[in-house]
Amino acid sequence: MIPYFSKTRHQRDRHPVPPFLRGWVLPIALVLLWWLAARLHWSDSPLLVPPGKVWDTAVQQVASGELVRALAASLRRDLIGLAIGVSAGLVFGIAFGLSRLFEKMIGPTFHTLKQISLFAWIPLLSVWFGLGDAAKVAFLSLAAFFPVVLNTFEGIRSVPGELIEAARVLKFTRRQWLTKLVLPAAAPSILAGIHLALVYAWLATLGAEYLLVSGQGIGNTMIDGRELFLMDLVIFGVIVVGLVGFALNWLAARLERRLLAWRGRSVAQF
Amino acid sequence: MAHSSGTLPAAASVPARSNSGPARSAYSAFFGRWAGTWLALPFPLGLLLLWGVSAHYGWVAPQVLPSPQAVLTTFIDLAQSGELWDNLWISLLRVLAGFGVGVVGGLLLGVAMGLSPLFKDYTYPFFKAFSQVPVLGWLPLLMLLVGIDEALKIILIAKAALVPIAVNTYKGIENVPSRYVEVARVLQFSRWQLLWRVVFPAALPPVWNGVRYGFTHAWLALVVVELLASSEGLGYMIVFGRQLFQLDVVIAAVAVVGVVGYLGDQLLARIEVILLGWRRSGF
Repeated sequence: MIPYFSKTRHQRDRHPVPPFLRGWVLPIALVLLWWLAARLHWSDSPLLVPPGKVWDTAVQQVASGELVRALAASLRRDLIGLAIGVSAGLVFGIAFGLSRLFEKMIGPTFHTLKQISLFAWIPLLSVWFGLGDAAKVAFLSLAAFFPVVLNTFEGIRSVPGELIEAARVLKFTRRQWLTKLVLPAAAPSILAGIHLALVYAWLATLGAEYLLVSGQGIGNTMIDGRELFLMDLVIFGVIVVGLVGFALNWLAARLERRLLAWRGRSVAQF
Repeated sequence: MAHSSGTLPAAASVPARSNSGPARSAYSAFFGRWAGTWLALPFPLGLLLLWGVSAHYGWVAPQVLPSPQAVLTTFIDLAQSGELWDNLWISLLRVLAGFGVGVVGGLLLGVAMGLSPLFKDYTYPFFKAFSQVPVLGWLPLLMLLVGIDEALKIILIAKAALVPIAVNTYKGIENVPSRYVEVARVLQFSRWQLLWRVVFPAALPPVWNGVRYGFTHAWLALVVVELLASSEGLGYMIVFGRQLFQLDVVIAAVAVVGVVGYLGDQLLARIEVILLGWRRSGF
């Protein structure tokens, strides 16, 4: 942090609230306000449910197994779609990266299709794959596919020329060249693409459940809550969606760090 | 949508092509620089031909995949009757309103968090938590709170744009090299000068990146919210066509959505060149 304004920095250190508590002030204040509003009946709207009610709903959802069922359905689709999309994305990305001919022939078409707003695919997919799980998985694969292709392609194309020359000097076979040089050198970009795919796929999971309303899932739970005016269920859903997104992100970041750990040492040498 | 952070790798850019590398085939060298143009054509033309032929011989039902001619005719009809332009106009107004709110809010929040560590301490964790829930997560809650009118669309689009802009602005300001600030201090810049002459110009590239992400996200949010809750706009055209099994309308509207999103991003890219033009003179 740059001390733009030394006075502010000074104030920051002498501030009455210790730093680690500052982040909690705003959320706690909001929950308190919410609780007060419900307690003192500031509004007669049935939407103003007290925080305790949300807690009860949460407990009931967890205890009855509803939450687990919904989450399992969502995550199962999420992972299947992700696996298909990431695999296809890797294949295409590597092909684009290694073959200029392939890139020139298919690349422009790919970039054109990429322009189409993701969710606009759903109505088309629903006609082609029906309203069930197949369409949802197809949509999730598509959501994961694009970022993986782009990042794999970029990663491979930005492998430094010196490394490639070194590989030539060392007489790498084609296979060694790919597995020992190109893929490891492109790994950070490829993993960033997969991370992005994870984020998009989770978003797409929700979108697919809203737009192809059939079956189970956390998105369906929220839609049901909205239709029945169950504010507590909807708020619970929002919290779960946020937590799952956070967990997926955290997991991806950890995996990325672990898989790229070997790079740290070589950089430290210089 | 990259709600986790606005600094994820640029999914929208393709690196400059270099002419070296092991993958450069003799084939493309032979065709020279026109190769790119010619080689790009066979694949989409082949697909188009396959599409046309399969529609012509009735291999697929027109409700599942209408013929290319039908899509073109529908597109011209929609354009001539003005239906397309009316819906496009409504969508554009929505996205501009939401994006405008998102830009202003995101910049204000980002600047405040970047400049005041104290403000950042209080708001950043809450902001992070807020941004963990994607636009689609907030949708049912907002539908209950504000109904399904314009307010819902504007709020969601604004949220979609705000998050990457705020994050990138905050990070951009935080990462301004401290030696710039030291130079400014040596030159005895006033606080105002420090902000407008040093901090903001230095932070502009990441901030503008955030703005471009913001637009992409805003456009995505617009389509979703129009698909889910709207009776006009491009997204509605798609839903409407789907319900009546008029896939020609769907495909035409999807194409327009793609083109407009692309043009919007290109426009922002052009503005970026103008905004950052001064940087070149330094070298």
